[in-house]
Formats: sequence, C-alpha cells, structure tokens
Amino acid sequence: MNETAHIEHRDYATAKLGMWLFLFTEILLFGGMFLVYAEYRQLNTADFHEAGREMNVFLGAANTVILLTSSLTMALAISAIKKGMKIRSLLFQAATVLLGLGFLVNKYFEWSDHIRKGLYPDSPVLLAMSHGKILFFGLYYVMTGIHALHVIIGLSVIVFMFALTLRGNISDTDYVKLENTGLFWHIVDIIWIYLFPLFYLIL
Amino acid sequence: MEASFYHAKTRYPGIFGWIFTTDHKRVGLLYLFSSLSFFAVGVSLGLTMRLELIRSGMHFYSAQTYNAIFTLHGVIMIFLFIIPGIPSSLGNFIMPLQIGARDVAFPKINILSWWLFIMGGAIAVTSLFTGGGPPDTGWTFYVPYSIRTGTNISLAVFGVFLIGLSSTLTGMNFLTTIHRLRAPGMTWKRMTLFTWSIYATSWIQLLATPVLAITLLLLIIERNFGVGFFDPAKGGDPILFEHMFWIYSHPAVYIMILPAMGTVTDIIPVFTRRNIFGYSFIAASSLAIAFVGYLVWGHHMFTSGMSDTARIIFSLLTFIVAVPSGVKVFNWIASLYKGSIRMNAPLLYTLAFIFLFSIGGLTGLVQGALATAVHVHGTYFVVGHFHYVMFGGAGFGFFAGLHYWFPKITGKLYEEHLAKLACFFLFIGFNMLYFSMFVLGWEGMPRRYYDYLPKFNGPNLVATIGSWILAMGLIIMFYNLVHSLFAGNEAGDNPWEAASLEWQTTSPPPVENFAVQPVVTKGPYEFR
Ligand code: HEM
Repeated sequence: MNETAHIEHRDYATAKLGMWLFLFTEILLFGGMFLVYAEYRQLNTADFHEAGREMNVFLGAANTVILLTSSLTMALAISAIKKGMKIRSLLFQAATVLLGLGFLVNKYFEWSDHIRKGLYPDSPVLLAMSHGKILFFGLYYVMTGIHALHVIIGLSVIVFMFALTLRGNISDTDYVKLENTGLFWHIVDIIWIYLFPLFYLIL
Repeated sequence: MEASFYHAKTRYPGIFGWIFTTDHKRVGLLYLFSSLSFFAVGVSLGLTMRLELIRSGMHFYSAQTYNAIFTLHGVIMIFLFIIPGIPSSLGNFIMPLQIGARDVAFPKINILSWWLFIMGGAIAVTSLFTGGGPPDTGWTFYVPYSIRTGTNISLAVFGVFLIGLSSTLTGMNFLTTIHRLRAPGMTWKRMTLFTWSIYATSWIQLLATPVLAITLLLLIIERNFGVGFFDPAKGGDPILFEHMFWIYSHPAVYIMILPAMGTVTDIIPVFTRRNIFGYSFIAASSLAIAFVGYLVWGHHMFTSGMSDTARIIFSLLTFIVAVPSGVKVFNWIASLYKGSIRMNAPLLYTLAFIFLFSIGGLTGLVQGALATAVHVHGTYFVVGHFHYVMFGGAGFGFFAGLHYWFPKITGKLYEEHLAKLACFFLFIGFNMLYFSMFVLGWEGMPRRYYDYLPKFNGPNLVATIGSWILAMGLIIMFYNLVHSLFAGNEAGDNPWEAASLEWQTTSPPPVENFAVQPVVTKGPYEFR
C-alpha cells in the first residue's frame, strides 16, 4: 500500500480539540510571565506605580481598540466563509492583517519612544533607577515583546490562510483551519486584554 | 495478507521514507533509535565519571571538565533519553495500535515533533564546541551562576527549549488521539493501562512543559539583554527561577516514570495469565500522580529559602504523592499472586523494576521528610535516589517494554537466555553502583565534585566496579536485541498470547495497522 494513499484521519472535532489543547499551552506560557509580574509587583508596588506613569495610555488604549476590532473582523471572516461568501471572507481576513500590522506599527512607536528616553534593559538610565523600575521595564519589554511575537506569528498564519481561501482549500465545507487560526488570534487578543491594564491602567 | 509497514512503498525513497514519514510506527522507531543513541553517549560519559571517581585525587578530568561532563550527562539523560524515551518511542508505536487507531490524530505534527527533538539535540551538542565552551551549570541551569558563567548556556538552553516544544506537541497529539480515535467498542475501561499511563503523561507534557519553555526563554533573555528578573543586583529573585524550574521539572519526573509503570502493568497480566488486580485503581492512580505531582515541586528547594509553612506543606504533599505509587506497587504484587507465572525476560525486567523503583521511592520519602532532607540535600544520597527511580525505574521499565514489544515491532524473537543473563548483570551492577551512593551520601559526600576525601574510597571503588558490570549488562542486552533483529527466530503474530489489541494484528503491523477495522468486545487482560 502506498503512504500517499493515507486517508485523512482528521475530522472537525479532532482538529478543534487539538487546537484547544494547544491554546492551554499558550496560556501556561504567558502564565509563567504573569507569575513573575505578580511577585515583583507585590515586592515593589510603589516603584511599579511610578514607573507606570511613563506609559502612554493613549497609545495603549488605541492598540487595545485595534486588536479588539481585528478579533471582530476575524470572526466575521469565519462566519462569511461558513456561508460560502468567499470574497467577503477574504476582505475580512485582509482587514484583520491590516489591523494587526497597525498594532505593530503603534508598538514600534511606543517602544522607540521609550528607547529614545534611554529606558531599555541594561541601559545606564534604567540601571540608575530603583530595583522596582528596572523590573517593571524588564517585564514591559519581555511581556509585550513576546506578545508582539505572537502577533507576528498570527499574522503570518492569517496570510497563509488567505492564500488557502483564495485557492479554495478553505471553503464552506472545510473551514476548520480558518476557525483554528481565529482561535489563536483571539488568544493573542485576550492576552493583550490582560497586559493592557497591568502595564497602563491599574498603576 | 498485507505487507508490513517496513516493506510498504513510501512517498520518498530510502532514508527519506523515514525522516519524512507520517506513519506513527516509523516516527516511533525514529525516536527509539535517536534516544537510544543519546543513551549510549550518556552512559559513556557516566562511565568516565565513575572512572575519575574510582579513588580520591584528580586523575584525568580537571574540575572544569568534570563540571561540563556531569552537566552534559544530566542534560542528555533527562531531556534526550528518558523524557522522550518511553512516551515518544514505544508510546508512538504501541499506543495507536492498542486503541485500534490507524495513526495518531495529527501525523504531520508527529513527525514535526521528532524534527524539533532532533534539532534541539543537535543544537545542544553544538553548544559544546562553540562560544564559551560546554555548559557547566548542571542540568538544572540554576541562576545566578547560569547568568554569570561564560560558557555557552544560551545555545544549550535553546536546544532544550526546542525539545520542550516537541514534547508539548507530542502530548497534544496523543491526548487528541486517545480522545478521538479509539476503535468502536474501545471504551475507556477497555483501554490498556499502558495507554492510560500515556494519557496521564500527555496531560503532564501538555500542562507542565510550557512553564519550562518560558523559564528557559527568560534565562536566555536574561543572559543576552540583562533584564534583571533573576539577578539580585537588579532586584531580581533567583529563588523564583528555582520555583519556575521545578514547577516543570518535578512533574517531568512523572513524565519519565508513568509510562514505565504503564509498561510493566501491561506485562504482568500477560506473563501471569490472569487479569490485572485493581484495574480502575491503577488507572486512577496514574491520573492522581499526574495531578498531585504538580503540587510538590517545593521539595527540591527545602534548603533554598522558603518559609517553614511552605516547607511543611510541600513535605506533606510529597508524602501524599507517594500513595498512588504505593497503590500501584501493591496492585502489581497482588496480580502476581496465584498467577501461572512464565518467567520470561519482560517479567524478569519487570520484577527488577518493582524492586529498584521501590527502593527509589522509599528513599524519596527520606528526602521528603524535612529533618532528613536537610541532612542529605546536595549529597550522593540524592544521586543514588534519582538513579534508582529514573534508571532503575523508568530505565528498567523501558527495557522491559523493549523486550515485550520486540516481537511486535520486528516480528522476531530475541534470545531468551541472553536477555536473562543481561538482566542479571544489570541488576547486580546497578545495585553495586547506586547503593554505594546511598552510603556515601549518608556519610556526607557531596555531589558534583571531581574529587573527594580519602575516607570515601571504599564505597566509591565498589560503585565504579558496579558501573562496569552494569555496562556489561547493557552491552549484552543491546547485542541480543540487535543480533535478533537480523538473526532472531520468527515470532509469529502473538508470541506471548496477549489479549490486548496491538497483538491482534500482524507483527510487524501493516501501514494502517489493521487490515479490517477492529471492534472491541472485551477488556485488554481477559485471556479466556
Ligand atoms: C551507566 C550508567 C550511568 C552512570 C555510570 C551514571 C553516573 C553518574 C554519576 C557518577 C553522576 C554524579 C555526578 C556528580 O554529582 O558528581 C551522575 C549524575 C546524573 N545522572 Fe547518571 N549515570 C548513569 C546513568 C544515568 C541514567 C540512565 C540517567 C537518567 C535516566 C542519569 C541521570 C543523571 C542525572 C540527571 C545526573 C545529575 C547531573 C547533575 O548533577 O546535573 N544517569 N550520573
């Protein structure tokens, strides 16, 4: 028998289950960082409070709106393909990618603003500050950085899905890949919803 | 009859038919071959360490080299041999057969896992020869030393990170497979206990490994950007690293031992011809171990600086986690009682497993109790303990499984006398080597030194001689297996007359495992 003759062993529910399990691991990955945050915030509450003033709430809030909207367009892209509306789904996927890129551009300005002020890990300016502030900025860069990495990965996958939809591999009969991509995109979104208050608001 | 999967035409020719395969059996064999190769390297390193330690004084390893060697030995044995050992090799090969599936749920992710594993291994090996030289921190990579040392930590840790990713994906894949791809009639209570143990293991792989991933990632970030999370000079907390490391690495020891427990649980009924005693208890105890195993990581840190309350709670939980292991041991013994025992090699290895694992488990309690833990912490007692559980437990369980499933995998029979002889050498050598370590540790010999006081000479000599006997056993065992692969007698489909599903197809199985979709009507250990 020929290996290429393998029938697909997967079905819809299997693919979904696998994705949900994978999302658990993402939560745990970020969970480790939230643990670090929790300990250092507990030990340096006052420093965290002061360091938080350096954050640009406007940019942060704008990014939150952008990312939430992109989750909406992602969901719309999925419900469009379920109804067989290919063009509409493609448009919504493209919108999601654009919004995601907008998020990254925004992030770029935010980071470069801090870096211009000399606030980056191991910088002389930062090392002259108190321990709590060093840790705050360390956490800020690491957590939003790894989150941004997830945004980039998510965007690449969506672009790939766009191509698959274009070629008809994703259609109203087989859309679980797009749905799983959507799930991943939502988890990226949800994590941001926690990062935003922790770094910008509750301080 | 369909041809076995070895003879099936593959999409790519020759070796590419293996490394680009999606057949779970081939992936399992890839894992088997690669992890056993790493095992051979790890054993060689261990033997040279023992040689250095044959008597006090420096012989051929300098202090720095010795540090690098035990680090390498630990990293290879833990991350490249024993963690992928049973679940990814035997688990991959056997588990889908046992539940009557044609493959795992995500065959492509399955081969991707192996790719990540082998890349991680290659990167870890590369780290030895590049940058600041081989890592010298011990396999635990404790900060602050791992941040300060000039050796090539970042690359080695990145290798381990990839291996962790591979392990997570395997866990996800197996969980989905067991939930979704069981054959008609294969209810949860008709699954073999090996599959149950793989199931519990997969949960741990899925839920613990990401914590290791992020810990190692933070370590790399710390070394390269100096963010200060683990650096006291910047307000960071090294103890936090230990917590995060052990939140993964303690559950990881159950990734090592649970599949071995599952393996021997499958072997015992077959060679005693009676149903396993306490099926549900054994299945449930696997899950209990997986769950409680999460909550005991603090017992690695009794002397690192924790509040007394925390230490007492961790100590208590450590005693509790021993209960499900005890349940299993008693059930195995009870299953032997009044069985019509056939003392074939798999059962012999199983008995060695039970004996050695019990010693390992009981000495674990010595370290779980606070008062004695403080005495033996950081001594050879610990080294003895974890070799008893990881090598005597997981390792011997692995060997038992290798012999038991050898006919399934190859269609050949190994040579029974040689297998028993090997087991005898292994058992004698093992106890000489590692029991001496308990004695040494109790008398206060610290671990991780290339040299020691002359008063420790005696037991160290015994240990080193034991390591040679052990090595002889390993050589005989692998010679037997490899030789039988080519020259062994034909085994037939079901040489052990086992009742579980993997034996109901041809040995070795065809590409999609079963010629006709099996329908399950009875439990895995019902021989009549
Ligand atoms: C012939 C076989 C083996 C020999 C001779 C051997 C020998 C040793 C010795 C002498 C040490 C102590 C180093 C020290 O503290 O100074 C050691 C450490 C260790 N061994 Fe083995 N070993 C063997 C097999 C294994 C196996 C099968 C495993 C795991 C499955 C294993 C895992 C470890 C680990 C994790 C350490 C701790 C490394 C560290 O301190 O960072 N060993 N081994």
